[in-house]
Amino acid sequence: MAPAFEPAIRTQRAAFDIAAETAALTAGRSDIGAVVSFCGLCRDEDGRLAALELEHYPGMAEAEIGRIAAQAGDRWPLAGLVVVHRYGVIAAGEAIVLVAAASTHRQAAFEAASFMMDFLKTRAPFWKREHLADGTLGGWVEAAAADDEAEARWSAFTPR
Amino acid sequence: MKLKYFAWVRERIGTPEEEVELPHEVETVRDLLDWLKARGDGYAEALRFPEAIRVAIDQEHVRHDERIAGAREIALFPPMTGG
Repeated sequence: MAPAFEPAIRTQRAAFDIAAETAALTAGRSDIGAVVSFCGLCRDEDGRLAALELEHYPGMAEAEIGRIAAQAGDRWPLAGLVVVHRYGVIAAGEAIVLVAAASTHRQAAFEAASFMMDFLKTRAPFWKREHLADGTLGGWVEAAAADDEAEARWSAFTPR
Repeated sequence: MKLKYFAWVRERIGTPEEEVELPHEVETVRDLLDWLKARGDGYAEALRFPEAIRVAIDQEHVRHDERIAGAREIALFPPMTGG
C-alpha cells in the first residue's frame, strides 16, 4: 500500500525555495519515481509592470486549494503534493506560486500538476493588482477566458 | 451575519467586512445582492453587474440561487486571478 496522500498547502508572504519544497516531497521515500513542479512567476510585461500585488481570502484560500488537491488525489495515484501560493507585493521576476506533484510514474505527476494550476487559476480566491513601472498603482487584473477554458477541458478528460 | 468583500468589490463598497441584519425576505444569494445594491452608491457601483460577482458561503463557492439561511460568513468578490 502506498502511504496516505497528504497534500501540503500553504499561503505565505515570503518567498519559497523550490528545491527545498520538492526535496521535502521525496524525503525518506523510495517509492516515488516522478516529481513534476510548476512555478508561476511575476512578469514585467515588456517593462510595464514593477510588481503584482496579490490579495487573498485567508482561510478560504487554503480550504479551496485543499478541495482541489483532494480532487487531484481522487483522479491520479499521487504520492505527494505541495502547493505554495504567495500573497502581498511580488516584484517582477519573483515567484508567485509553486505546485509540485509526486507519483510513481511521470504521467500522473504531469497531469495532476497541470490540473492543480488550471483549477487554482479559476477557483482559488486570489486577486492580482498591477503596480506599474512608473511607481503608480495600476488596475486589477481581469480574469482570462482562456483560464476558464483550461479548467473546462478537465471535465472531458479521463486519466489513464 | 458577517459579509466580507475582496479586491475591487471591497474598494467600491469601501470596507473589507461588516455585520448586517438581513430582512426575512432575503433568502438567496441573488436576493442578497439585490438588497445590498440598494444600500448606497458604493454598493450599487460594486454590484452593477451582479452576474459577474462570485460568492462564497462559509468559505465555499456557491451559485447565486443558493439559499443563505444558516450562513455565518458570506463573501463577495470578482472572478479570481491567482495562480
